[in-house]
Amino acid sequence: MTGIVQLAASGPSPLWYATRAGGTVALLLLTATVALGIAVGGRYEPRRGARFEIGALHRNLSVLTLVFLALHIVTAIADTFVNLGWLVAVVPFAASYRTFWLGLGTVAFDLMLAVAATSAVRLRLGQRRWKAVHWLGYAAWPVALFHAAGTGTDTRLSVQLALYAGCVAVVVAAVWWRLYRAGPGRLAARLWAGVAAAVVPVVLAMFLNWGPTQSGWAQRADGTGSASATSAASTFDNGRSVA
Amino acid sequence: MAVIGVSGHSLRIDRIECGGHGVCAELLPELIELDEWGYPILRDTHVTAELLGHARRAVAACPVLAMRLDRVVRQKSGRT
Repeated sequence: MTGIVQLAASGPSPLWYATRAGGTVALLLLTATVALGIAVGGRYEPRRGARFEIGALHRNLSVLTLVFLALHIVTAIADTFVNLGWLVAVVPFAASYRTFWLGLGTVAFDLMLAVAATSAVRLRLGQRRWKAVHWLGYAAWPVALFHAAGTGTDTRLSVQLALYAGCVAVVVAAVWWRLYRAGPGRLAARLWAGVAAAVVPVVLAMFLNWGPTQSGWAQRADGTGSASATSAASTFDNGRSVA
Repeated sequence: MAVIGVSGHSLRIDRIECGGHGVCAELLPELIELDEWGYPILRDTHVTAELLGHARRAVAACPVLAMRLDRVVRQKSGRT
């Protein structure tokens, strides 16, 4: 206990480490959830075990993702290292700290809440309405990824970059496997999905090279930095930072 | 033998929605088997009380919600 107190006094509090770790674990769990969901859609047949286990694992890991997201969000708000209000959890782009990049996390969280809520009442909702909302899960994943890359204090660590690369590789591989398994119909949709999956790692690599891995990103990410940083940030920030 | 007059449940499969995922046969092998293409064959539409929990789980686990469990109330009298 005294160790924790000393740690809190000397630098960022344990809450700040908890929010970073919680966010990273949530991203890994979300990646696994998305990949397993794609596996269900593609009728993946495991050599060992049963097919219903893939669906059950998809559901259980999605719940675990929300648990770690709750930890991530609560510790981020409770911590005094950055000043965040409770509204930040659900209202995107309301934070003063790294407004755009933190807002992406809120958007991803809102999307995941919508997916979780509709899945909870899936039997009452009916397949079509449930599925229409469930597709938002595909949007939540890249948004969460860019939130992690843009906001993450740990993005410059090579281990963290390797984790991001692993997440991207898993989802891109799953999407392409799914498209490979798909029938001959809806060619345009399959082409779009294949291209979109290929674009994500390219855009992420370009973004990391442009921003978070460069020095001075902490100032640029806030959107309140020097004039040269403001012009670059404003293209991502819809001019919000240009006051 | 179900007692006449007691409400029971019947299982239905939507053949158009069914994608042949095969999850239902894994969770409810007492009532469902798969044909050679992996699509379900219902042995019996009547779900007994012992199997009700398993049937509910199978219905919920179907990735395309192609199964329905309906409550049926049977008339006590012989009139139909």
